[in-house]
Amino acid sequence: MFTFLEYILIAFYVAGLLIVSRWIGQQAFSWMPVQATAEAQRVDDLFSFLVSIGAFILLGLVGVIVYAIIFHRARQKDYSEGHSVRGDARIELLWTAVPTLLVLWIAFKGFSIYQQLNILGLQQIVHLHTPVESPAYATVANKPQPATETIDVFVKQWEWSFRYPNNLTSKELHLPVNRSTRLNLHAQDVIHGFYVSAFRLKQDIIPNRNIDIVLTPIRSGKYRLKDSQFSGTYFALMEADVYVEPLDTYNQWLTQTTANEPTQTKDWVVAESIQAHKTFFNSGWQTFIPASPAIAKERKVSNDT
Amino acid sequence: MTHDSSINTDGELNNSSNESEQNWRRYFSFSTDHKVIGVQYMAMTFMFFLIGGLLAMIIRAELLTPEANVVDRPLYNGLFTMHGTIMIFLWIIPFNAGLANYLVPLMIGARDMAFPLLNAIAFWILPPAGLLLLSSFLLPNGTAQSGWWSYPPISLQVPPGYINGEFIWIVSLILIGISSIMGAINFLTTIFWMRAPGMTFFRMPVFVWSVMSAQLLQLINLPALTGALILLLFDLSLGTQFFKPLENGDPVIYQHLFWFYSHPAVYIMALPAFGIFAEVLPAFARNPLFGYRSVALATLGIALVSIFVWVHHMFTSATPNWMRMTFMVTSMLVAVPTGVKAFAWTATIWRSKLHLETPMLFAMGGATMFIFGGITGVMLAATPFDIHVNNTYFVVGHFHYVVFNTITMAIFAAIYFWFPKITGRMYSEGWGKLHFWLTFIPANITFFSMHPLGLQGMLRRISSYDPQYQGWNIIASLGAFLLGASTLPFIANIVGSWLYGPRAVNNPWHATGLEWITSSPPPRDNFEEIPIVKRPPYDYGDPKYSVLENSNNRD
Repeated sequence: MFTFLEYILIAFYVAGLLIVSRWIGQQAFSWMPVQATAEAQRVDDLFSFLVSIGAFILLGLVGVIVYAIIFHRARQKDYSEGHSVRGDARIELLWTAVPTLLVLWIAFKGFSIYQQLNILGLQQIVHLHTPVESPAYATVANKPQPATETIDVFVKQWEWSFRYPNNLTSKELHLPVNRSTRLNLHAQDVIHGFYVSAFRLKQDIIPNRNIDIVLTPIRSGKYRLKDSQFSGTYFALMEADVYVEPLDTYNQWLTQTTANEPTQTKDWVVAESIQAHKTFFNSGWQTFIPASPAIAKERKVSNDT
Repeated sequence: MTHDSSINTDGELNNSSNESEQNWRRYFSFSTDHKVIGVQYMAMTFMFFLIGGLLAMIIRAELLTPEANVVDRPLYNGLFTMHGTIMIFLWIIPFNAGLANYLVPLMIGARDMAFPLLNAIAFWILPPAGLLLLSSFLLPNGTAQSGWWSYPPISLQVPPGYINGEFIWIVSLILIGISSIMGAINFLTTIFWMRAPGMTFFRMPVFVWSVMSAQLLQLINLPALTGALILLLFDLSLGTQFFKPLENGDPVIYQHLFWFYSHPAVYIMALPAFGIFAEVLPAFARNPLFGYRSVALATLGIALVSIFVWVHHMFTSATPNWMRMTFMVTSMLVAVPTGVKAFAWTATIWRSKLHLETPMLFAMGGATMFIFGGITGVMLAATPFDIHVNNTYFVVGHFHYVVFNTITMAIFAAIYFWFPKITGRMYSEGWGKLHFWLTFIPANITFFSMHPLGLQGMLRRISSYDPQYQGWNIIASLGAFLLGASTLPFIANIVGSWLYGPRAVNNPWHATGLEWITSSPPPRDNFEEIPIVKRPPYDYGDPKYSVLENSNNRD
């Protein structure tokens, strides 16, 4: 099949690929946002591993294809056969077995990292109306991590609000650094999603279900919470500030802040209705405006333009 | 592959008897000829492709700047909803159905499809359904605005009145689904019962295998979507509470039903594209398809595994841990049969005699980009990583690498490859190559840019975004505009060549396969006499395919 020299060349090619793909895998960390939770570090490790393997396969195959394009061109009008090999059981078995082992390896790695996330507290408990027994083969623990702090997260069209243990309600999410906090997520109208990219954590929030997640930020700073599940007209504006701060600062904020008055009309909705005239093209389509502040049962329609 | 009669290699084939039949009017008639129906499908879906592409242009124009300043938000939501719906349900899936309609009977040596009338009915459901969908742009409150998934409860939030965009969207999709089920029955029956003597399963071209696998998926999975849509319609218009969480319905059930079809839908779209690669690559590499049997079985394998992976779209949807882990493993297993195909394509090109004509460029470009799309797919299957990038532009980039850079490239490869067979004329090679480069480079620019955006956390379906994302968005938008422009040389080439191109011979590519032994375009009954198949497919070692044709349409 190959000459000895070709085997040497192939060995060099594979070695070069290994070095290059390892390097690309190392670069992958810099493509991600900052790591604000321990979970983020684990997820980035997994991503780097996936990028290394992916780069190896991609560059390997593309290299072969490019080589063929350069060196295996037909002469004009030559329609004879390149080679007469119709298949090779050994090679075909090899390229079936190796990827199988490879994806099992990736799956195992994904599974073990997922378990670590659970150890670290990326944990969700879904309370259904009829509690479902988890099957015997569910090896991932469904027990919530003990959390030092519990915050209620309320989301509706079009705002996030947070209720703290001292009954303070705010539009900002404050979290103590290096402590686990449980978030009880509640959606009022449609499905929303809790997503902070620096936490590498995303969880859909389904109305009429209580979904808890536990997270432990490890890096102080200001982050953005976004709605990750499409939730209607002003979906892009469903954001809130997240402050991760030392415990003293957090407690200080809790005691010194007075509750935000729940606003009846949101400033930005008003701004948007003015903004609507500024778009280059204006459809005039009416949009659904939920009843505020209660759960939207009746439907009001306002012309948003 | 061969048969008893010799191949007609007369370049000056007399097509005058077909000329009267070539009358363009028949393409607007209720014909039961599978070839006419195939062209009808392909021409109509291409119109929808242009419309869907136009919507994408507006979306990308909006995303040039962080603010929402091109279209207002309800319209933007309508645009991405309609873009997704049109591109999937009125472009790729029906185009594949059209191509399969044209080719399958020819490839297996049949005179027509098993149920010609059903075939025509299945097609003629589509234009009204498509026009109905487009008509929702004219409604006072516009089109459906909840994305092509149409998840409840957001899809049930509509302005008052019975006729709204969402209602039209559901009715249109149910109609398109009915058409697809009709088509699936027809294709499977045709492939199982209408094969020529000697055409065993393991002598069928891989394209026929891929159509068979894809249509099996249509038959098994599409009823789940149709059922879900009917329940959604009841919730929307009749006041039921199947999916209304505030009235004890369960919106997650809808997600399961929806993805139970819509994940296999990806393979319904992709498998025929892989089939196209399997036809085009050997013809221009002058090699047999490497490992034909394992590639054929891998096609069926992909279809089977893809039925059991749908939850990977719902890793963040309050999905229990055991389900997350199970579907992580099944999703990754899809990589094995698809890997077999990718390796087989590469091995086919290896030590070949490459002819880089336009169909080959598109096929190689598409196959290469599929490797990239497949790798990001395996990444997304890994639950911990998916939790971070789910619903971000990383996902958008990944599936556009599959649906555009792989499948649409394959479709272009197919159009160029079978154009002489379908029209009896040759296209212009120079314009074709220009079209390839104008497609390949901007497609990579556009869709690669979406990956870093997603990793940084830019969510899909947003009409305004944080300023930090603007750089990559500008690159993606500029690539997209070039991509839009790339269709112009294609249209000019196809229309001009169809009308004025040089006459094509029966087998301009010296390709194996029964469709090449009949005239270009084929007669009404496809073959003078039904061929008898005695040899395996992709028989490029046979000297008769190396014979030079005395044709004046190849330079």
